Amino acid sequence: MKNITKLGVVSALSLIVGASASFAETIKIAFIDPLSGPFASTGANGLHQFEFASDYMVNQKGGVLDGDMFEVVAFDNKISPKESLIQLQVAIDQGIRYIVQGNSSGVANALTEAIDKHNRRNPDSRVLFLNYAAVDPALTNEKCNFWHFRFDANADIKMDALTDVIVADENIKKVYIIGQDYSFGKAVSDAANMMLGEKRDDIEVVGDELHPIGKVKDFTPYARKIVASGADAVITGNWGADMLGLGKAIIDNGFEGPIYTYYAAGSGMTAAFGESGKDRIRLISQGSINPIGSEEARATYEAFEAKYPDGNIDQSRIFNVIGMLATAIEEAGTADDVVAVASKLEGMEYDSMWGGKLFMRPQDHQLIQDMHVGVHTDENIDFDFDQSGYGIVNESTIEMASMDSPTTCEMKRPE
Amino acid sequence: MDLILVNIIDGLVTGLLLFMLSAGLTLIFSMMGVLNFAHASFYMLGAYFAYQISIALGFWMGLLLAPLIVGVMGAGVERYGLRRVHQYGHVPELIFTFGLALLIEELVQFVWGKNQLPYSVPDVLNFTAFSIAGNSIPAYKIFMIFISIAIFIGLLYILTRTRVGMIIQAALSYPRTVEALGHNVPLIFMGVFGVGTALAGVAGVIAGPVLGTFPGMAFVLGSIVFVTIVIGGLGSLWGALVASLLIGWITTFAKSYNIEMADILNGIGIGTPENLDENLFRDFWTITSPQIADILPYILMVLILIFRPSGLFGKRHS
Repeated sequence: MKNITKLGVVSALSLIVGASASFAETIKIAFIDPLSGPFASTGANGLHQFEFASDYMVNQKGGVLDGDMFEVVAFDNKISPKESLIQLQVAIDQGIRYIVQGNSSGVANALTEAIDKHNRRNPDSRVLFLNYAAVDPALTNEKCNFWHFRFDANADIKMDALTDVIVADENIKKVYIIGQDYSFGKAVSDAANMMLGEKRDDIEVVGDELHPIGKVKDFTPYARKIVASGADAVITGNWGADMLGLGKAIIDNGFEGPIYTYYAAGSGMTAAFGESGKDRIRLISQGSINPIGSEEARATYEAFEAKYPDGNIDQSRIFNVIGMLATAIEEAGTADDVVAVASKLEGMEYDSMWGGKLFMRPQDHQLIQDMHVGVHTDENIDFDFDQSGYGIVNESTIEMASMDSPTTCEMKRPE
Repeated sequence: MDLILVNIIDGLVTGLLLFMLSAGLTLIFSMMGVLNFAHASFYMLGAYFAYQISIALGFWMGLLLAPLIVGVMGAGVERYGLRRVHQYGHVPELIFTFGLALLIEELVQFVWGKNQLPYSVPDVLNFTAFSIAGNSIPAYKIFMIFISIAIFIGLLYILTRTRVGMIIQAALSYPRTVEALGHNVPLIFMGVFGVGTALAGVAGVIAGPVLGTFPGMAFVLGSIVFVTIVIGGLGSLWGALVASLLIGWITTFAKSYNIEMADILNGIGIGTPENLDENLFRDFWTITSPQIADILPYILMVLILIFRPSGLFGKRHS
C-alpha cells in the first residue's frame, strides 16, 4: 500500500515537473546518420551517445538559458548523400536549427554544400552543421564554410600524430599501407606516404594497396602479401567489418608487428579481437578513456553504462559537441540566432571532461585537441569496450595536435 | 615458390567453404527447380546459433547442434512455407525465399544486435599447424579442410551408393513415377531441403570464427554462391565442387600477386601509351589484379553462360 502511495506521489510530481518544463522551449538537434543497413551499428551507437549526452550534460542540469531542453531527433539517411539531403529538408521544415552528422565524408560533403546554399537563400531559417566524425580534410579546407564545424580531428591530423609515433620506433623500417578503395582510404594512403617520407626517409613503404570496400570475404591473401613483404608495421584506415576481417587475418596468418589503425575499437570489434589483438592493435583517437580523463568523465561513463549496459562511449567527442553547443548558446543568450551561436563557437576554448583543452580554430572551424595513440590490452583498464575486459590504453599523447597546420580555407562570414 | 603452396592451401579453404554452401543450394535447385535466395541466411543462422550454443556448451556442441537446428528450421520452411507457395508457380517461390532472407537478417539484428559477435576459434585448435617461409597455417584451417572433405565424401556416398540416395535421385528426375511406386516424394523434398540448409549451417558454424559473425555475413557471401552453382552447372554436385575450388583459387591468386593490366597488355604486344595521365583508358591501364579479384568469378560466369550455358558439369535441360 505504502509503495502504491509513493508511486502515486512520484508520478504526480513528475507530471508537475513535466508540465513546468514544457513552458521552456526545447532546442532540437537533428541526427542524420545510418540507422539501417550495413553501417547501422555505428549509427545507432552514435545516436545513443548523443541522446545520453544531451540528457545527462544539459537536461538533468536544468537545461540552457531559461531551462530550455535539448532534444535529439533521429533521421535515418541509410548512409546515402541523396537520402541525407531529403532528411535535411525534413529537419529544416520541422524548425530544427542544429544538424549533427558523422558517418561518411561523402554525406558530409553533400550536407555542407546544401546547408551553405540554404542559409544564403533563407536567412530566416539558417542551420548549423556540427560534424562529429567525417574526417575528409577538404571539409575544413577548400570546401569550408561558416556553418560547418568539425569536432573530430581530420584524416591528416590523425595521420600526423600516428606517424609521429611510428617514426619514434626505431624497429620500424618497413611499413605496409592498406585501405578501403574510396576517397577516405586514398586520403589515408596519401597522407601516410607523404608524412613518413618527410619525417624519416629511411622508412620504406613496402606495400600500398586498396581493396574493395565491404566486399572482401576473406582477407587471408592480403595478409600473406603483408607477411611476404617483410613489413614491420601495418597502417590502415579500415572500419567496420573490413577492419575486423583484415585485423584477424593479419594476426592469424603469422604477422608479428604492430597494426596502426583509425577505427579498430568498439561495436563488437574489441571483444572479437580479444586476446589475439593484445599489444598488437594500436589506435589513434581523441579523449582519454584509459586512464579516464577526469572524475567527471568517470561519473559520466558510469551513468552511461548504467543506462546502456552493453554500450561503449567510443566517440567521446560527441560529449564535446553537446558541451560546446550548450556553452555557445548560453554565451550567445539565444538558440534561435544561429549566427550568434556560431560566432561564439568560433575560437571557443573549452575544457573537455575527457582531458585536455579544445580549441575551435576560427580560420577553418577545425577543432584542435589532444590526440592519443592507444593500444588494445586488458591491463590497466578503467573502462573496457563490449564488456570484454579489453580496452584501449593510452601509450602516447600529442598535445593540441597540428595546432599550426595550414589550411586553404577562406572563411566567408555573414554580415 | 613457397607462397604458391601457401596460396594453394588458402584457396582450397576458401573453395571448400564455398562448396559446402553451394552443394546444398544446387541440390535444392535440382530438386525443386527453385533458387533459394535465403540460402546464405541459413549460413548466417548457423554461425549465430553456434555462437549462442558455444557460450553455454562449448564449440563442439555448437558444431553438432547448430546445423541440426538450422536443418530442422529449413525443413519447416519447406513444409509450411514453400510447399504452400509452390502451387502458384516459380515466381512466388522466388519472392518467398527473397522475403525470407530479409526477414532472417532483421530477426538476427533484433535478437543479437548489429555489432560483431566475439565468436572465436576453440582453444584446442588455436595454434599454428605449420608455417611455410614465415606464413603460418592455422590448425583451424586444416580442420576446415578435413570437415569439408568429409562432408563431400559422405554426401557423394549417400547419393550414389545407398538406397535413400537412389530414391532421391529418382525423385529428382521422375517424381511422379517414384510417387506411383509408393514413396513419399514430399517427404523426400522436405528432407533434401533440410539437409541442404543444414549444410549451409555447418558452413556458417566453421566460417563464423574466421570470417566474422555479423548481420552482413549472409549478404557478403550471397551472390557468390549463385555464381558458383551457375558455373558448376545447376544441380551438379561435382560441378559445385569444381566451381568452388576454381573460384577459391582464382580469387586467392589474383589477390596475392600484383599483376598489372599494363604488364598483360605489354605481354601481348600492345605498347603503353606515352602520356598515360591524359589517356582515355588510364583507369583500364592501371587496374591491378587485387582490385578486380572479387569480380573475376562474375566474369567467369558470363563467359560460361556464353560458351557453355548449362555450366561445366550441368546437363542441358530441355
